Amino acid sequence: MFEFVAALWNWFPPLWQYLFTVLAKILLVTFCVIIIVAFSTYFERKVIGSMQARVGPNRVGWRGLLQPFADVFKLLFKEVIVPSKSNRFLFIIAPLLTLIPALATWAVIPMNDWFVIADINAGLLYVLALTSLGVYGVILACWATNSKYAFLGAMRSAAQIVAYEIAMGFALVGILMAAGSLNIGEIVAAQRGGLSNWFVLPLLPLFFVYWISGVAETNRAPFDVAEGESEIVAGFHVEYSGVAFALFFLGEYANMILISTLTAVFFWGGWASPLEGWAVFERFHDNPWFGWFFAGGFPWLFIKMAFFMYVFFWLRATFPRYRYDQIMRLGWKVFIPVTIVWIGVEGAMAWFEVGPWKGLTG
Amino acid sequence: MEGPDGLGGTVNKVISYIKTFALWELFKGLSVTQKNFFRKSVTLEYPDEKTPQSPRFRGLHALRRYPNGEERCIACKLCEAVCPALAITIESDVGDDGTRRTTRYDIDLFKCIYCGFCEEACPVDAIVETRIHEYHMEAPGENIMTKDKLLAVGDKYEAMISADKAADAKYK
Repeated sequence: MFEFVAALWNWFPPLWQYLFTVLAKILLVTFCVIIIVAFSTYFERKVIGSMQARVGPNRVGWRGLLQPFADVFKLLFKEVIVPSKSNRFLFIIAPLLTLIPALATWAVIPMNDWFVIADINAGLLYVLALTSLGVYGVILACWATNSKYAFLGAMRSAAQIVAYEIAMGFALVGILMAAGSLNIGEIVAAQRGGLSNWFVLPLLPLFFVYWISGVAETNRAPFDVAEGESEIVAGFHVEYSGVAFALFFLGEYANMILISTLTAVFFWGGWASPLEGWAVFERFHDNPWFGWFFAGGFPWLFIKMAFFMYVFFWLRATFPRYRYDQIMRLGWKVFIPVTIVWIGVEGAMAWFEVGPWKGLTG
Repeated sequence: MEGPDGLGGTVNKVISYIKTFALWELFKGLSVTQKNFFRKSVTLEYPDEKTPQSPRFRGLHALRRYPNGEERCIACKLCEAVCPALAITIESDVGDDGTRRTTRYDIDLFKCIYCGFCEEACPVDAIVETRIHEYHMEAPGENIMTKDKLLAVGDKYEAMISADKAADAKYK
């Protein structure tokens, strides 16, 4: 059996073998992301429940663990209602346009020191480009729906995403200066060698700006004016039902997971272990079972991602929704000046080789 | 050094500025939710767990009998008179043994507001409200509790009703 598979594999030309490998990687990553999306909805409801002294879902399966599947099947069996005055084609592809960029960005994220789908040198630019594309799904959904509520929601969402995109971009300029590379694998490599080498310490203000912009970018609480249910029902997806709504939902959560992972990758060392630099633990590095704990590996990236997902839910359980003009003020008048100042400080310190920036410019 | 408060006001402004940039209030808020995260949940999982009930709980109605099987109700119609929702309808006649008995005793559960006045008005403790609160109707007309249905409830739950009455007796 094995010989047959090997023979079949070798029968394909190398280009095909390469394509198959990449396709398998893409399927693996997409599948994992979708499963994580499913369970993060469960995780969210449990976390917010705990913070409000409730128990959250606990009826479907052991402790409610099958709840996400119940929700998915409910949505799958529902009718997709297309409003009669809507643009049918745009109405159907808008959810896909929010979901696809959220999934495509995973191509450049290194999971550990060898697993990355596309090891491209402009990885950071690719991330910036694709995360900005998500806004088109929102705008098209509102346009296609032809509803006032959807229109208001999408206008808010678009203005907000554009405003925070700039602060986010500036924060990434800080990363770029610190790492000296646009390749995300190299950005992680620049942070290796233990907790003190992670960019979060020297770039703390940029980390906060990036994280808060990320929360605003994904339209999550407390920046969820785009779907402020008390004012405009559900915002841009007010007319969506069934599978189309499920795709929006999937896109939103995939974006959250993406932002969590990117924050981990850019500021918290990605898959690197905080204990890496300690000579005491070096003899454990080759251990097949818990070597990752000291040497770094995919589990560390997962732990960091899960922590930031928790922070997403934590913020949602804690803060009331921002007023719209306050969101704009925070984005334009606070974050952009803070990032510009910190980039200047970082550049000056690196030039004069003082403080934790010593050697950052290489 | 501007504003009415002079130097003190400026210092306070600077302190509040620093606090704003350190996200001081936001972290305080986050710590509150984090503390509550570890608190035990107060949820009562209803069909599996139930809250304790008072013996005075006012639920579904019942008509009681004396231990020898004789109906308590003497058709005095005080309950009908006191009922604020006009939910009770009574017709009476003289029975075979020469006593006055109800021929019809209907309570409309849709009109009833479960105030318990009928129970208080009754001189012979015939009409009572039991602790039963998990009941439902499946067809139109089932909301009318007829005399037979009320007596059946009373016969079935007599032990519970008399125990509740005894528990409440010392407060009357």
